[in-house]
Amino acid sequence: MALDEYEKRDFKVVGKRMPRPDAIDKVTGRALYGADMHVPGMLVGKILRSPHAHARIKAIDTSAAEALEGVRAVVTGADFPDIAPGEARNVRDNTMARDKALYDGHAVAAVAATSAAIARKALKLIRVEYEILPHVTEISDAMKPDAPVVQEGFVQENVPEGFSENVISYHQYGHGDLDAGFAQADKVITRRFRTAATHQGYIEPHAALASFGADGTADLWVCTQGHYFVRQLCAEILQMDQAQLRVTASEIGGGFGGKTTCFIEPVALMLSKKAGAPVKLVMTRQEVFRASGPTVSSEIEVRMGMTKDGRITAAEAELHYQGGAFPNITVQFGAMAAFACYDLQAVQTRGYNVLTNRPKQAAYRAPGAPMAIYAVESVVDELCQEFDLDPLEVRLKNAARKGTRASYGPTYPDIGLVATLEAAQAHPHYSAPLGPNQARGVACGFWFNFGGDTSVSLSVDFDGSITVTEGNPDIGGSRVSIAMMAAEELGVPYESVRAVVTDTGSLGHNEVTDGSRVTFAVGLATIKAARAAKREMCRRAAKIWGIDEDAVVWEDGCAKPAGPNAGKFEPLSIKEIAAKSSRTGGPISGHHEVNAEGAGVSFGVHIADVEVDPETGHTKVVRYTVFQDAGKAVHPAYVEGQMQGGAAQGIGWALNEEYIYDEQGRLVNPGFLDYRIPVASDLPYIDAVILEIPNPGHPYGVRGVGETGIVPPLATLSNAVSRAIGRRMYELPMSPPRILKAIKGG
Amino acid sequence: MSKIHVKTRINGEAAEFLCEPDETLLEALRDRLHLTGTKEGCGSGDCGACSVTVNGRLVASCLMLAAEAEGAEIGTIEGLAKGAELDVLQRKFVEHAALQCGICTPGFLVASKALLEKNPDPTEEEVRYWLAGNLCRCTGYDKIIRAVLDAAAEMRRA
Amino acid sequence: MASAPVTPPDKPRIKVRLWGSLRAATGGKEEVEVEATNFKQVIDALARDYPALRPQIERGVSLAIDGVIYKESWFTPINPDSEVVLMPLMVGG
Ligand code: FES
Ligand code: FES
Repeated sequence: MALDEYEKRDFKVVGKRMPRPDAIDKVTGRALYGADMHVPGMLVGKILRSPHAHARIKAIDTSAAEALEGVRAVVTGADFPDIAPGEARNVRDNTMARDKALYDGHAVAAVAATSAAIARKALKLIRVEYEILPHVTEISDAMKPDAPVVQEGFVQENVPEGFSENVISYHQYGHGDLDAGFAQADKVITRRFRTAATHQGYIEPHAALASFGADGTADLWVCTQGHYFVRQLCAEILQMDQAQLRVTASEIGGGFGGKTTCFIEPVALMLSKKAGAPVKLVMTRQEVFRASGPTVSSEIEVRMGMTKDGRITAAEAELHYQGGAFPNITVQFGAMAAFACYDLQAVQTRGYNVLTNRPKQAAYRAPGAPMAIYAVESVVDELCQEFDLDPLEVRLKNAARKGTRASYGPTYPDIGLVATLEAAQAHPHYSAPLGPNQARGVACGFWFNFGGDTSVSLSVDFDGSITVTEGNPDIGGSRVSIAMMAAEELGVPYESVRAVVTDTGSLGHNEVTDGSRVTFAVGLATIKAARAAKREMCRRAAKIWGIDEDAVVWEDGCAKPAGPNAGKFEPLSIKEIAAKSSRTGGPISGHHEVNAEGAGVSFGVHIADVEVDPETGHTKVVRYTVFQDAGKAVHPAYVEGQMQGGAAQGIGWALNEEYIYDEQGRLVNPGFLDYRIPVASDLPYIDAVILEIPNPGHPYGVRGVGETGIVPPLATLSNAVSRAIGRRMYELPMSPPRILKAIKGG
Repeated sequence: MSKIHVKTRINGEAAEFLCEPDETLLEALRDRLHLTGTKEGCGSGDCGACSVTVNGRLVASCLMLAAEAEGAEIGTIEGLAKGAELDVLQRKFVEHAALQCGICTPGFLVASKALLEKNPDPTEEEVRYWLAGNLCRCTGYDKIIRAVLDAAAEMRRA
Repeated sequence: MASAPVTPPDKPRIKVRLWGSLRAATGGKEEVEVEATNFKQVIDALARDYPALRPQIERGVSLAIDGVIYKESWFTPINPDSEVVLMPLMVGG
């Protein structure tokens, strides 16, 4: 089963830095992203958005807009059919408000017109009559029993009493006797933390091109992390058969979880249906900030006890997350991940999920884990300082390992945390001297990693080259890794393999590109598909030779007789078998469909050196090193890239990035000027140290690597800054004014 | 409102188009001329994805009116390679895995090209500051900076 | 309160550990026993024996079997001595 997939082997292709097939198109400008597609007769779609954080929509008058020359369709919430409760309905109500606007930026109407200028003019002609309602954007306000209720009817059965209806779910994990544990500690501290909502910040805004036919079929071109899921959601929202909607994923300009759902696609389809023409809908950057899916903000309290020799005796955390006006499960992941790095006898986490008048959150790299682990790793660091202990020593002493009961329940199989900590300890960075106003921070991180539904088809083309057809958008080099695994398994040159991401009409279902699943799950399915093709090629060779198919083996890209008893035949290469395939039984391919399980959790450790200017409160990251277990790095350069990119996003989250709301509940910084993500001059080189502790659930030992990297930086930076200024920081981002305030003892 | 007729040169070839008076050069390039290699990340001059050169100067095309391109010499990502032969920078970006999603890549290449034309031997810091107007959310910039420095070194050797 | 499940002699009994907020549905028990030989049978038995768990089971659950998380593969076999831990459905990363 899933646990015994891994087999040790010497790799020929896997582990090398092969050129990436899509790279040439991307450096020449030829690659087509979401907004790059043009089709004849295409209309331009635009969306009107609520300027209010919370308002009842009493009436919408679209007649003037409809009368404007060049306007072909106007859509409001009333155009969408009723559907059963569930995520599709939440997405429907988020992409177009019905009776209430739930946040600043919530869509209330849309138009399709022959030009962008006409569409913009039409939006101005739409009259919306609002009744402004009291709003709530902050967690603690929203939890109060008398808080304005954002949406009714979402409260789950196990939510404790005493809160408003905005508190919709409660999640508790843990084991052991907390009181007994705390009693054994030499010191117990309780600390409160806050993290701001941040945005994934992908550079490509959401874009969709929808084309609805008169026969009820439709095509959709879209930048997404999961075109099959887009199809599923849109088909349900528009009440059509999934088979009638073909979705093609464009090249995708970043996602990080933010493109795992729909924000505009159902609207584009509805506009096209009404207009009877293709409609392209592209978000502006402002719309991306106001109305796509940032991550949650959090308020977290951690209590932890430690002995003076550094053993954690007990720990608990209470996590309050808000993720906007609709339900989500992010706090559940936070509550599960918070203490995942530690071997604890007594541990408990309690997570509360809170609705507010903010945009519907979407996943952001290891959703829920970064903020929870930030709080925990900050408290561990403070206790290390208290007892004057080395922070990596203490983490090693308490580290989860094989046989540890995880704080979220199961007992760990082989995991790589200890090896990762030891690698960090042995690295020259950890002992390098520091300059004035500088300090070093460390922290651990964790993510579960997912597998999921996957379909792959691999064809042996008549000339012996290989096409791998897969269905997961390639965000950061997955096609190269998949082609490498196919080449490895078939024993053919990498150059003879091409991996293609296909549309929903050409291959079975594939889960969204999420949970760091693609190299693991699509890789696994590719290897299995290649094995099926090999079996078929051996069968063909057996027929040609007139021997038993069991007497044929596959080696170095050739079919060979299994041994001297099988008969004396010259090996048949893949080229020769492919060339004869019409005459030996028809085209050859292998395919594999699976709900891949056994993804294997992943751990990381980061070290950062920072220099804090005591005059301005500005933090400069002077050195940064990432250590992470990749199981097996198929393409090390892109694994490093994931680790470096995750670290950079985490650094931005720690130092600069935040959603800021004004008194009226309006987002005041919906642009890259005021929502400042790290630029090249903010960062040093980010060293990436890859560890390879094979995942038993994958034939080559691969683990997901995409998400863990964003988890440690928040605490790594906070620990470094706190040590540099001699005061503990409890809130993110650590913007210069906040640091100055801490220095001055505020 | 009648449209404006603009005659310009793009990547060394004569080009002309009609545009609205308030249309940006970025919109004209993408929507009228279908040169979609130049990307829009923000439309407000903050991300650099729309970088082009105008008469040799690096410009955010989302901040320039299309009508201002009259008589100018425009350089876009589509003009960087010489036919099938990639520019050194393009080659180095591929070699160093300096792109993940690639949406920022055209802007980085156009901006880096402009840098190396002015300064063939930049320091790491100079590269970082020059490229501070180009946002990349995927890479943490590490491999981009290495690719630009390596390209500069190869161009100096050539 | 849930009544004790009836045990036919042929199916092995498996211990299933629950996360904290579900314990209200099992009368405070952190671990319950069900008869099952695979993922699906565990879920069905839990829903039958502890009806208060049904809302969560409908929202989705995964199982960790000997430390490895299985999202939802019904026919994953389970040995009587395996460690089985109920988890929320692992999606959405
Ligand atoms: S699109 Fe021009 S700078 Fe961002
Ligand atoms: S590679 Fe994705 S934004 Fe730079």
